[in-house]
Amino acid sequence: MLAAARERRSALLIAPTGGGKTLAGFLPSLVELSEAPRDGLHTLYISPLKALAVDIHRNLTAPIEEMGLPVTVETRTGDTPSSKRTRQRQRPPNMLLTTPESLALLLSYPDAEVMFAGLRCVVVDELHALADNKRGELLALGLARLSRFAPHARRVGLSATVAHPAALEAYLSRDGRPGTGDVTVVRGGAAARAEVKILLPDGALPWSGHMGLYAIDRLYAAIQGAKTTIVFVNTRAQAELIFQALWHANEDHLPIALHHGSLAVEQRRKVEALMAQGGLRAVVATSSLDLGIDWAAVDLVIQVGAPKGSSRLLQRIGRANHRLDEPSRALLVPANRFEVLECKAALDAVNAGELDGDPPRPGGLDVLAQHVLGTACAGPFDPGALFAEVTGAAPYADLDRATFDQVVEFVRTGGYALDAYERFQKIIRRPDGHYELVDKRAAQSYRMNAGTIVEATTVKVRLGRGRVLGEVEEYFIQMLRPGDTFLFSGRLLTFQDLRENTAHCTPGGDGDPAVPAYAGGKLPLTTHLADRVRALLEDPDVWPTLPSPVEEWLELQRWRSILPRADRLLVETFPRADREYLVAYTFEGRNAHQTLGMLLTRRMERMGLGPLGFVATDYVIAVWSVKPCADMDTLFDQDMLGDDLEEWMAESSLLKRTFRTVAVIAGLIERKLPGHEKSGRQVTFNSDLIYDVLRRHQPDHILLEATRQDAARGLTDIKRLGELLVRVRGKIDHRRLDRVSPLAVPVLLEIGREQVAGGAVEALMQDFADDLVHEAIGGDMQASLPL
Amino acid sequence: MPMLDLMGGAADGPAMTDPAAFPLNGARLCADPSGVLLWPEHRTLIVADLHLEKGSGFARRGVMLPPYDTGATLTRLASAIDTHRPARVICLGDSFHDPAAASRVAAKDGEKIRALTARTDWLWIAGNHDPAPPADWGGAVTDTLVDGPLTFRHAAVADTAPGEVSGHYHPKARVRARGKSVSGRCFVTDGRRLILPAFGAYTGGLDVGHPELRRLLARRFEVFLLAAGRVWRVPGSKLMTPARV
Repeated sequence: MLAAARERRSALLIAPTGGGKTLAGFLPSLVELSEAPRDGLHTLYISPLKALAVDIHRNLTAPIEEMGLPVTVETRTGDTPSSKRTRQRQRPPNMLLTTPESLALLLSYPDAEVMFAGLRCVVVDELHALADNKRGELLALGLARLSRFAPHARRVGLSATVAHPAALEAYLSRDGRPGTGDVTVVRGGAAARAEVKILLPDGALPWSGHMGLYAIDRLYAAIQGAKTTIVFVNTRAQAELIFQALWHANEDHLPIALHHGSLAVEQRRKVEALMAQGGLRAVVATSSLDLGIDWAAVDLVIQVGAPKGSSRLLQRIGRANHRLDEPSRALLVPANRFEVLECKAALDAVNAGELDGDPPRPGGLDVLAQHVLGTACAGPFDPGALFAEVTGAAPYADLDRATFDQVVEFVRTGGYALDAYERFQKIIRRPDGHYELVDKRAAQSYRMNAGTIVEATTVKVRLGRGRVLGEVEEYFIQMLRPGDTFLFSGRLLTFQDLRENTAHCTPGGDGDPAVPAYAGGKLPLTTHLADRVRALLEDPDVWPTLPSPVEEWLELQRWRSILPRADRLLVETFPRADREYLVAYTFEGRNAHQTLGMLLTRRMERMGLGPLGFVATDYVIAVWSVKPCADMDTLFDQDMLGDDLEEWMAESSLLKRTFRTVAVIAGLIERKLPGHEKSGRQVTFNSDLIYDVLRRHQPDHILLEATRQDAARGLTDIKRLGELLVRVRGKIDHRRLDRVSPLAVPVLLEIGREQVAGGAVEALMQDFADDLVHEAIGGDMQASLPL
Repeated sequence: MPMLDLMGGAADGPAMTDPAAFPLNGARLCADPSGVLLWPEHRTLIVADLHLEKGSGFARRGVMLPPYDTGATLTRLASAIDTHRPARVICLGDSFHDPAAASRVAAKDGEKIRALTARTDWLWIAGNHDPAPPADWGGAVTDTLVDGPLTFRHAAVADTAPGEVSGHYHPKARVRARGKSVSGRCFVTDGRRLILPAFGAYTGGLDVGHPELRRLLARRFEVFLLAAGRVWRVPGSKLMTPARV
């Protein structure tokens, strides 16, 4: 690292967690500054977590003070007081520790050029957690801007081991492409070997379910046997349930805490501090603890529920035992039979050192729009120069000029075919071709709305007149009636009422509590693990390494039907209770399966088969209908990705949700209007209404384009689905059975928990209306009518 | 075509069996899935809160909402008028989003408005957003209209005689079915007064459980919820708790 620094080259350090990476990133700067003390900003450190910046600040300040080095270090985050923020812009410290969002804000001020002119080094920590998402895209654009102000500043990226290191190299490279030679790649030592085992129950292995509650006793025993344990789960709802169950099992009154992203920040900081002091025996956590400060005391990591991907699992395992001389210890707790296969696949992948992760994707146009406006806030810009700068950022390396111009046009007037808004333009094209902000108030609005993290609309959960426990999605609260109970923050609460933005609750209560679920909380199974699961199923020789109930289950499947083959698609059909079932073993993850379910039911409708519903898991898709389907080649023909997809996508709530995010990031709708901070609602305009109108009147609008791009790789996973349909063409094994096969049992048990087919809203309303009629026959409805 | 019958229908015609037909102070009314109200005996179509040029109203403040809302709203209204062929149209106020909105209407949309007002008797009732609806689009302008058993005004008045028909509140309602919730714009009535849903493309809504709305309604009320292209009649007691108080 020091060698790269002496040559003034950028560097990418890839090392497992706990290797002292962060210090390695700072060392060259400390050496430079102690050899040649100076005023002004020298090194910018960017971390995805505020807490990490604060922690690094503490860890840097101590040795600097001890050694008496002439180096000033400060943090700058959303929590920094505004007086200090102003002072930091005028007289910056030598080292500034900040986040991607705070950097974007700094760059939107006219004095940014002066502030960053003397910058020598930019350190990006946890680069792997930024490079493939919108925060990383915003940061990449920010880095490109910094290069303009400080052409000689070198970039240092610190990353965990990843599947696509070339993508990170490109990210750090000045022209946004890998292999151009301006980045030295340094590899840290290999990770300490991890001892990973699958924890199985004493009794029967569940057929379905994702919570893993059956394993609580063994989980508790494992916690008892370790010094400090992190229990990772997949969703916030699961965290609440596991925590509750552990609490009931906690005969020894061990200090066990709960940590997830919906809990109040103060609560989370308290738990983190307790962990750091060694005051806890276990913490139940979601991805909220995937990144963060290292806790030396953790000697066991437990993953409850399927790991979903080997990189994610490896990262979680790496949270244990940061001492390189000892292996990390980890336990996997599958929640059902398919998850046993997935855990086995993940374990094999970890042992083989194989990682997964999506290849780099083109940057979002919504993020680019935000950056263009931010740039205009700092001062007039030349579109040609900005285009050149932007294409130096890896996510935008392949952006074409026409699309860039469309984005600028969007920022100027909204980018509509109807030039109705000329007189309201936000940025104006001057005679010299440069764009300039028309009204300086737009800069204020930009600064209040910058950033790429768009939360769902949430309401605060307040206990009595006391403190706020955290926030839940508005949607969840809308489903509760006063007096209903729910689990949150590890407590049983009774919902009383909703006033302004707060759900008022009282402790305790009766009845079956609800558990808040969060949209998009579930990650789909990665392609890599899916391949491994397929290989496991295909190869009876490895079955004996599986737990015996699973082995027996697969043997039974071989006897009653066949096993899915890795290079083909198995589809089973069978009658059951006057319905016809179709189960396809696609293994493409929940999101792709949801999309497939919608498309299959549409096509079955047209084939006259009377589809009634479908259910999608990470592994399979099941559809039920009035009549059986015989023609699988037609049913699974890839042309379903044409009109049906277009039509369904357009009406889909998934797309509306994606559009909302895109519209907020792009600045079409504002989270906050200046002077209206207290109006409550985070998003000031219902984005569904805009979506409907825009789709009908300008379907090729740049934000709809951005929405489709996002949806194709996110919630709908169309890309993955498309690849599946191509792969299995002409390779479908259809088995007509007289009853359900052993492998199909788990998905049938999911029916009822999942979604209905076709025109969902109409079906739901019909159900509701039928219920009303039933009640009416009971006699009480007429009485309640005012007529 | 069948709606033409409905408009001129006999006293015991199909209107009474229509799930969306209901009486108000002796007048027989019908909630249409498009969001307009029909009064067949008087061949009248009533619509509330068009909020024309709301998009450009936001654009003035730098929020560039798609400029297609006026066109979209007028197209839907024209289609409802084509279907039901009323002799009279009453717009219950807030037809224009703000006093300057009329000056922002694009020429093409302006022609659409004039074509509509030329087809039937047309009445603009003044609203709080458009206290003085511009007179140059055709049609007549008034604050309140009393016609037989019904009184038409923009916003409901607390103590008033039965038969009031108004808009202003943009009522919305939410039901729960199979563990999921469905929400939509709605008509709401307690048998004495009726409040119409907002018709404009960019008009949001206020839950009928909100105190502002509840205080106007008797304890027992019902809504006609617009969802999936149909009208669903639901007693107030079967609705979900308000989205927001």
